[in-house]
Amino acid sequence: MEGTALTPIRLSLGPLQYFWPRQRMQEFYADAAGWPVDVVYLGETVCSKRREFRLRDWLALADELTRCGREVVLSTMSLLAAESEVGSLRRVIENGRFQVEANDWSAVQLCRQRGLPFVGGPTLNVYNHRTLRLLMEDGMRRWVPGVEHGRESLAGLLAATAAEAGNVPELEVIAWGRLPLAWSARCFTARAFDTGKDECGFRCLDHPDGLPLATREGEALFVLNGIQVQGQGISDLAPEIPELRALGAGLLRLYPQAQGMDEIVRRFRAALSEPGAVARLGAVNGYWRGGPGRTAA
Amino acid sequence: MTAAAGMQLVCPAGNLPALQAAIEAGADAVYVGFRDRTNARAFPGLNFDDHELRRGIALAHARSRRVFVALNTYPDAGRLRDWLAGVDRAAEMGADAIIGADLAVLDHAARRHPAMPRHLSVQGSATTAEALRYFHERCGIARAVLPRVLSIQQVERLCATSPVPLEVFAFGSLCIMVEGRCQLSSYLTGASPNRDGVCSPAAFVRWDELPDGTRTARLNGVLIDRFRAGEPSGYPTVCKGRYTIDGDAFHALEEPTSLNTLELLPRLARAGVVALKIEGRQRGAAYVTSTTATWRRALDRFAANPDAWSPDPEWQRSLAAMSEGRQTTLGPYHRDWH
Repeated sequence: MEGTALTPIRLSLGPLQYFWPRQRMQEFYADAAGWPVDVVYLGETVCSKRREFRLRDWLALADELTRCGREVVLSTMSLLAAESEVGSLRRVIENGRFQVEANDWSAVQLCRQRGLPFVGGPTLNVYNHRTLRLLMEDGMRRWVPGVEHGRESLAGLLAATAAEAGNVPELEVIAWGRLPLAWSARCFTARAFDTGKDECGFRCLDHPDGLPLATREGEALFVLNGIQVQGQGISDLAPEIPELRALGAGLLRLYPQAQGMDEIVRRFRAALSEPGAVARLGAVNGYWRGGPGRTAA
Repeated sequence: MTAAAGMQLVCPAGNLPALQAAIEAGADAVYVGFRDRTNARAFPGLNFDDHELRRGIALAHARSRRVFVALNTYPDAGRLRDWLAGVDRAAEMGADAIIGADLAVLDHAARRHPAMPRHLSVQGSATTAEALRYFHERCGIARAVLPRVLSIQQVERLCATSPVPLEVFAFGSLCIMVEGRCQLSSYLTGASPNRDGVCSPAAFVRWDELPDGTRTARLNGVLIDRFRAGEPSGYPTVCKGRYTIDGDAFHALEEPTSLNTLELLPRLARAGVVALKIEGRQRGAAYVTSTTATWRRALDRFAANPDAWSPDPEWQRSLAAMSEGRQTTLGPYHRDWH
């Protein structure tokens, strides 16, 4: 990975994982247009019932952010079950203007068929260089590794890819936010309120940073976000920026949260111009060191 | 015997006695794994060494049954060669198919052993016709096992649109998350279903009993559940613990229960599902015998007279006895499940 250290690391705003009311989303992204991020990921990745923004709204926002000098990528759903969801996915991929982040093999297939380059999202299981290379053949230009990857596993995988394929995709690492851990047919938020997924009443709207789940000893453990389960701790890789630089990361992904996102972005921007390591604000990401993702508080 | 039913019965075997039990009880195919981390039941003392697998394949083939070898975990760059060697060994031993999830493993099998069918594992997380088409076009899969996230209506639609025949889970412990995309175990323990073929492994489990008889079950120190004296207790799988939300303690993710689709058998058959899978390579020969024999009877009776078929209460009792917490559910097949 020598040589890549000369390229400055850029910042991305990851797709909004939670469900916010339309006005809150409009305000958030109006603010985001003024933040020092290079790439913005837009779109719903968790639940197809979340329709405060329709595709036309996302595309209008994408145009606006592009005018503000941001690169926009349209993120797609991680778990597709109904044919209607695949239809929606197809419309996102055929938008004609913006690259997409493929978070399921369905999206990889649709991009590959159309010869469209794509970003490989964190829910595609890529654990070795040969799989990465096959995806590069399919058109993957940028890769966001899954949450289980740590510094060593990534270094080994990228070195093996470079040795075999001669090049590697641009590397984007999740650097801030709760780690997405699991997806289900069940909506856990609806279940917590003893209601069915079809009659959920959009309970997720009441939980702009997800619904916290603790052990019976009161230890915070997970956050429920509809059909998705996240780790409770807000993973923070800002102190590991020197390692990320050495690894050749091209982008750091910051996941949106309900409060204080502008400060988070500015902190990362400042940290990127620091020669050394900055202090930690969020939780240690245990995966980064090759251990359990969760680290005791 | 089973051609009329159209659905193959695919049964688990964690060792040679279980493989023999499955064959005796009427399995059409048995799925197995090597004794290492290349498969999703990499539990201590389980699975087959090369000698045992050769014997198992010979036993099965002598009775015209098939053996599928699961190589369905995700190798990292440094260990990929072990998985590829596993594919080569399975082919050399005459396995009837490999069950794989990782693209590199399936691609290797397709290039080196094109005559050996490739089945996409449930760990491959393919839930749509497009995702199935990807693996079909990329690695020439001959069959796919569906993740347990689809409703029966969605399974029916997928059977109509899939480029490859589909196998579904019929019975056994229920993963509540999309298989291949669950990091709950690795978040708590570092041991991952995807990389290590284990979930909530026993090495991290600690049981404690308090003076009042209360028992606590921990996974790597995290309290998964607490049981009153005399209350039935289950294995502390992360997703099957009791947790609190807004002060209420309950099974927030999933109860300890097993999937049982017996009553859906006619719909699955009519949809064109080609194979029914019984979960449980970690279970013993008694479980394999009981579940296989029950499903065999159900399938044979369906084949003999599809229109008059109904689930026998005795079959349901027998399956419930083999279930986690003695409870069964239709799970996500049933739309109202929550």
